[in-house]
Amino acid sequence: MALPKHTELHYRIWHYFYLTICGAVFFFLIAPLFVIFPLSFNAEEFLSFSDGMKSLDPDAFSLRWYKDMIYGTKNPWGLAAKNSFIIAIFATIGSVLLGTVAALGLSSRHMPYKGIIMAILISPMIVPLIISGVAIFFFMAKAGLAATHTGIVLAHIILGTPFVVITVTATLSGFDHSVTRAAASLGSNPVNTFMKITLPLILPGVISGGLFAFVTSFDEVVVVLFLAGLENTTIPIQMWTGLREQLSPTILAVATCLIILSTLILVTAELLRRRSERLRGINR
Amino acid sequence: MSSETKQILTTDGIPLEVSLKKAERRNKIKAFLLVAPLLLFLIITYVFPIGDMLMRSVDDKMVTEMLPKTFKAMEKWDGKELPEEEVFEAFYLDFRKLVDEKREGKLSTQLNYTKNGFKSIIKKLRRKSKNFEEGNYKEQIMAVHKRWADVEYWKAIKRRAPAITGQKYLKGMDMYKNENGEIVSVEEDRRIHRILWLRTLEIAFFVTLFCFLMAYPIAHLLATLPMKYSNLLMICVLLPFWTSLLVRTASWMILLQQQGVVNDFFVGIGLVADDARPEMMYNKTGTYVAMTQILLPFMVLPLYSVMKTISPSLMRAGKSLGGTPIVAFWKVYFPLTIPGIGAGCLLCFILAIGYYITPALVGGASGTLISNQIAFHMKSTLDWSFASAMGLMLLSGVLVIYWVYNKIVGIDNIKLG
Repeated sequence: MALPKHTELHYRIWHYFYLTICGAVFFFLIAPLFVIFPLSFNAEEFLSFSDGMKSLDPDAFSLRWYKDMIYGTKNPWGLAAKNSFIIAIFATIGSVLLGTVAALGLSSRHMPYKGIIMAILISPMIVPLIISGVAIFFFMAKAGLAATHTGIVLAHIILGTPFVVITVTATLSGFDHSVTRAAASLGSNPVNTFMKITLPLILPGVISGGLFAFVTSFDEVVVVLFLAGLENTTIPIQMWTGLREQLSPTILAVATCLIILSTLILVTAELLRRRSERLRGINR
Repeated sequence: MSSETKQILTTDGIPLEVSLKKAERRNKIKAFLLVAPLLLFLIITYVFPIGDMLMRSVDDKMVTEMLPKTFKAMEKWDGKELPEEEVFEAFYLDFRKLVDEKREGKLSTQLNYTKNGFKSIIKKLRRKSKNFEEGNYKEQIMAVHKRWADVEYWKAIKRRAPAITGQKYLKGMDMYKNENGEIVSVEEDRRIHRILWLRTLEIAFFVTLFCFLMAYPIAHLLATLPMKYSNLLMICVLLPFWTSLLVRTASWMILLQQQGVVNDFFVGIGLVADDARPEMMYNKTGTYVAMTQILLPFMVLPLYSVMKTISPSLMRAGKSLGGTPIVAFWKVYFPLTIPGIGAGCLLCFILAIGYYITPALVGGASGTLISNQIAFHMKSTLDWSFASAMGLMLLSGVLVIYWVYNKIVGIDNIKLG
């Protein structure tokens, strides 16, 4: 954003002021994440930069907290990670299946009562989590599914489907329905048409919806707090307990791992979005 | 003409109009069947349970079921003078049954909610009633304690007769029904819920405002920069968006604590003395700072997607027609971004008003919101009907905003990432 040569001084000042503000906001957004990285390698037990770290003394850094995360006595992270992944994977599969099929129906121009149905399907995303948590807890308690993996997976399917519905309907909005008609006129049955024509075209939307569902489940703590027993502990639950009781550097090691995971998910989601836009012929 | 068009037949000999309607209906059913599994699933596991919350929040069957004969006898009582012997006898019979089932403690707790002073007189009645003689229960009960001869206590019992009550909703607004059935507020120093509601609104409002003020410039920068720079900067917005909420809250806890990084920095540059480090966490400040950073991406993304569609030539045209950049911005650019502002602000506000995790961790006592109170009653006091009532009060507020959002933005226009 170079300014033209003839720009007057006060506009120049204003322009740099504006850039400084933007820089500050970007810093505010991203800097907190980067504090965690170095501190998770702290050799000491404190959660601030030691003098050794400030002078980049190699002895001030260690992998101590990562070792503690993996090998520590009584450590809950192994079980939590296992549970988190199992729950998130099943919740993602459920959300993607239900959400994609529903999105196909919603995108049809024949769909009756589209507005109200869409509002219901999206509501778990809008309703505050604490209320969803209370309601889902009442249901799961009655159904005998409290403190089971099944119950948590079902709860996360509820919370995850709106994201799939939104991303897939968005992908379908640019979808050229004449290709499916062409397939049908060439003798393909609806299932075959869906698998061979529709699905490959909307796949980026489906996958990015799936990523949202995965992250929602993997990161979800409010509803799980109501539902989980000791056996069903997840990473967010362990972090929540840890943050409430005592902020230990081990949590920072876990947090660093989670940041790396979210970076990978971000990159995947971005690549998918661009691919989807290219496929749908949207040039930006 | 019209009679002729009706004559058009398909190859099967059915009028075209009928055949088309049939096809239309078939398509409708097909579309609906695709949505049905998810809709059914959500209705069973989500919509009904919210209805269940409503039932629980007004449910007051406990006392009704404990004193069935008493309430039946009380139907004829006008509620002014002390009730007749009949009511006392019914009450005695109900009470003996409760004592046999060891449930009189529950009754005393419940009645004590309605009027203070029931606990001790019920205890006394339990002891004395073992030796009651048959007949003339009115005299015998009134002799146990002078409060049993006080009509106010019998009125209090009668107030618990209906099986449904709005009492939990009143309690959520720090109000209650007094002896005369009037709705009054509790004493000034006990109005904890009103403070929480107001604080929730205040924090949600200011967090939304801060998000807007911070998001507007950077969304504008992202939308006007060339692609290769803006993609890089976009990562600064998207990475926090995809990062675990607990990780982001943890990082604020590290930054803001008294021995934390921000305080170290302030001491380092000599802004504050080492022994006078300000409390930036476990109070409102902590909630404001952390929630603003966490919700900022939800404001940036809708603003960005709107600003991206505004052609830069509009601003140039505004300037070439004699407007200063400020006038051109205010008269041309800003009005065009209003849909994005509306979407972003409503989304932020909805999310902020129901926030639970971050205030619970960094908010301390003065920075917690209504959600924390709901969780407290769900997990600690186990007053689930009160938690349900407050949840539904919050929900109705959110639904109003949701409805507005739907009107302004359209729910299918939510964009993610």
